[in-house]
Amino acid sequence: MTETTPEDLKYTPLHDLHVSLGGRMVGFGGYSLPVQYKGIVAEHTHTRESASLFDVSHMGQVTVDGPDHATTIAALETLMPGDLLSLDPGEMRYTVLLNEQGGIEDDLIVTRPAADQVPDGTMFIVVNAATKHHDLAVMEQALGDTLTFTLHDERALIAIQGPKAADVLGRHSDCVNKLIFMQATPTKIGGIDCHVSRSGYTGEDGFEISVANDDATKLAELLLAEPELEPAGLGARDSLRLEAGLCLYGHDMDARIDPVTAGLLFAIGKRRRTEGGFAGAEKVLKILGDGATQKRIGIVFDGRMPVREGAELVDQNGQTIGRITSGGFSPTLQAPIAMGYVPKPMAEIGASITAIVRGKPVSGTITKMPFVPQNYVRALS
Amino acid sequence: MTTKYSEDHEYIRLEGTDGTVGISNFAQGQLGDIVFVELPAVGTTFKKGDEAAVVESVKAASEIYTPVSGTITAVNDALDGEPALVNADAEGAGWLFKLSVSDPSELDGLMDEKTYASHNE
Repeated sequence: MTETTPEDLKYTPLHDLHVSLGGRMVGFGGYSLPVQYKGIVAEHTHTRESASLFDVSHMGQVTVDGPDHATTIAALETLMPGDLLSLDPGEMRYTVLLNEQGGIEDDLIVTRPAADQVPDGTMFIVVNAATKHHDLAVMEQALGDTLTFTLHDERALIAIQGPKAADVLGRHSDCVNKLIFMQATPTKIGGIDCHVSRSGYTGEDGFEISVANDDATKLAELLLAEPELEPAGLGARDSLRLEAGLCLYGHDMDARIDPVTAGLLFAIGKRRRTEGGFAGAEKVLKILGDGATQKRIGIVFDGRMPVREGAELVDQNGQTIGRITSGGFSPTLQAPIAMGYVPKPMAEIGASITAIVRGKPVSGTITKMPFVPQNYVRALS
Repeated sequence: MTTKYSEDHEYIRLEGTDGTVGISNFAQGQLGDIVFVELPAVGTTFKKGDEAAVVESVKAASEIYTPVSGTITAVNDALDGEPALVNADAEGAGWLFKLSVSDPSELDGLMDEKTYASHNE
């Protein structure tokens, strides 16, 4: 039952802070990170009701440099189906890195830097921890003649998430009055140079703050001194994102699954659907036109028993029709929730579905996601 | 009344040949928030080390092995509605099942409270 921390795990700059706050450290994406401090449910609930601080420094922060904006965008759009051309300065977009088969190599967020922040051929990308070196290799191989990619291991990433996150950050920076969901800006927090985006992985309002490693602990301590803010670990991060219906790469989608089947239509720009011109476009656009044969669904199960990743989904005759890709107990709904894939005709909202756990059937209902309403700030008050 | 502990962090509290089995306070702390407990049917006979129950935390499912052989005489129905009792009082109200011990000599292979405490250090 004890978790071991292999010695080859990397530390984030907040490692000592996590340990001093009582974080239980585990390996994740090659890093030693806290799975919890006080407890997953307490941290989860606190995030939904107040605000929590998460160390997401394991994620890959990448700068892309090209000769000019048009060239950089045109090159990136050959690998990603998002409409990057329509990004205004200071705007961010969620999209995916595709392979020639239209499979998802990773999901990521592309940011066009604020005006005059950096040369106009520069874009920022944040990618998943476990895939960051792979993504860099894929992008360099395809676009290395035109663009330069730099992974910023010297920078930390700190997320503050929850309905009180804007109050907390607003005491230290006026950026909260300028940013809506999926916008970013450079700012100073307590005199520390930061790059702040209004984004996150919990379904709540919140911010992700990029900061130099050397300043990360000072920044985290400054923010944690605010009464509303408590540290939260990977456990709460996972249960929060599942309630918000957000995919986890390598679980809910991977290189064998296209973005249409994964239900990530918002990762494909409207213009791109007619123009194409991205890796795997022929396949992805054909699936978009014909309809996917499989669909990612959300399920709320009866009773209290969690139905976890890998559990089979079966039809009335006991034939396997799909499987769970993420599942757990929702602290907000006090019920087991899960995501999985089934053939499209069986994916109707409201339909009954059965999973097999330890050889026994558990029934549930296909439910529209998010399971818990998202609370993004889409307009400035 | 004596309490013995297994390497897998189950305890058994004995009154004659009647044993009450649960997970140790140390184990509940390691597992974190417990959201579901699957218990065996009364009358089932298990051999020492058989999987007899499952405790599910928010994080993961953990199999619970019976520390000695025996037949299930009762299960803790209160856990059905309130699985968090295991967190609140693992070695008291959060017990999992009772069994009638079929081979008391197996108890010699378990740890007493003091040995178990040092085992977890």
